[in-house]
Amino acid sequence: MEGLERILREHPFFAGLGDASADLVCGCAKNVRFEAGQYLFREGEPADQFYLVRHGRVALELSAPGRGAITIQTLGEGDVVGLSWLIPPYRWTNDARAIDLVRAIAIDGACLRQKCEDDHDLGYEMMKRVVPILVERLQATRLQLLDVYGVRA
Amino acid sequence: MVPRIARLRRKRRDGPQVWTLDLELEDRHASEAPRFAPGQFNMLTVFGVGEVPISVSGDPAAPDRLVHTIRSVGAVSSALTRLAPGAAIGFRGPFGTGWPMEETVARDVVIVAGGLGLAPLRPALYRLLADRLRYGRIVLLYGARSPEDILFRSELESWRRRLDIAIEVTVDHATSAWRGRVGVVPALVARADFDPLHAIALVCGPEVMMRFAVAALRDAGVADESIYLSMERNMKCAIAFCGHCQLGTVFVCREGPVFRHDRIRGLLALKEI
Ligand SMILES: Cc1cc2nc3c(=O)[nH]c(=O)nc-3n(C[C@H](O)[C@H](O)[C@H](O)COP(=O)(O)OP(=O)(O)OC[C@H]3O[C@@H](n4cnc5c(N)ncnc54)[C@H](O)[C@@H]3O)c2cc1C
Ligand code: FES
Repeated sequence: MEGLERILREHPFFAGLGDASADLVCGCAKNVRFEAGQYLFREGEPADQFYLVRHGRVALELSAPGRGAITIQTLGEGDVVGLSWLIPPYRWTNDARAIDLVRAIAIDGACLRQKCEDDHDLGYEMMKRVVPILVERLQATRLQLLDVYGVRA
Repeated sequence: MVPRIARLRRKRRDGPQVWTLDLELEDRHASEAPRFAPGQFNMLTVFGVGEVPISVSGDPAAPDRLVHTIRSVGAVSSALTRLAPGAAIGFRGPFGTGWPMEETVARDVVIVAGGLGLAPLRPALYRLLADRLRYGRIVLLYGARSPEDILFRSELESWRRRLDIAIEVTVDHATSAWRGRVGVVPALVARADFDPLHAIALVCGPEVMMRFAVAALRDAGVADESIYLSMERNMKCAIAFCGHCQLGTVFVCREGPVFRHDRIRGLLALKEI
């Protein structure tokens, strides 16, 4: 458990987390690995686990009819894969596929959500960490939508 | 200013609708090969079609090869990319301010390029790599639309094998056949390894991308005075005469296209006039 807590606190997502909160999060965490090509989760499934990547890269994908899987973002060491665990209706909105061997910490979203309900300090702490990532990804999506490298109409 | 005549010596495809053209001046004497600074541009004419500003994308150490990388978007640019070797092209230049190469000495150099914006930065990269010991860390962050649109791909791959430059390439979208990064280029800034207090940043790409890249550089701690951008504005005369390129009170053709960020901060979001 000690090793896991140290790894967790060293991950950028949990940087500066207080002792009490780290304890609570740790109770919902475990080490996992995925082989290249394996899916961490699939679109539409309940978002009951999210991942702190320690090693390797993950592709977030959307499947479009006739176009196959489109990669919308890749994430790697130090990134969080999956934010929908904190936001109703707690369902994944894309697929997440391991590009190469991925080592990560999996956190049980339902477990952590319950702890956030019971302890709003922890809940606020999680919100403060998740919302900036959401905003950053929203900005990035907007830039991608603008298709800035295309020929101006 | 009457154009000189250049001949198309060679052309290479560098992406969908993108061609790199090597030109040679017809009236060339060794002494008057137009030396250019990285970041400068020339006005190229296709006779009977028109004239457009195009950045030099070649090696400043080999000025007798006039290299330009052109994307076919309209009448003149597509006529340029359709020319066959041996064709005559009107040539005026070089024009404009270049990248502040002297300012880069002894500092970390962070280059952020988007799409075709890598073309005017390539001469700067040649210069930096030719004299590698004069600089601190060199970081190139490059974003393209898709894997097929990556400019100068084989050259980027060979630079990537060097141990003295960090290169990150990302694309806006890809299929699962692409094993590289997907995401926007400004997002790479926060993870890049450089010392923001001693770094100088050279940024070129579509304006929206540059605005986000500048924001990311400032968030990382790079001062406005250390961020340089290359601005594209429609041009006609290139000699501060016609007013076509005016951005507020500045003439991009003469005072630009490369500007220090603190000097154009207020103008970056201005629409073309
Ligand atoms: C200083 C400077 C350096 C430049 N360097 C290069 C270079 O190295 N390589 C290069 O290919 N181009 C470069 N350009 C842009 C190039 O000058 C224009 O693409 C060209 O003038 C378009 O002329 P056209 O007659 O082919 O198309 P137009 O008929 O003028 O335009 C056709 C269509 O293309 C769109 N368009 C025009 N310019 C751009 C652009 N830059 N990006 C996206 N869409 C555009 C227009 O909105 C229009 O819809 C540079 C411009 C400047 C000011
Ligand atoms: S292009 Fe004519 S003033 Fe700049």
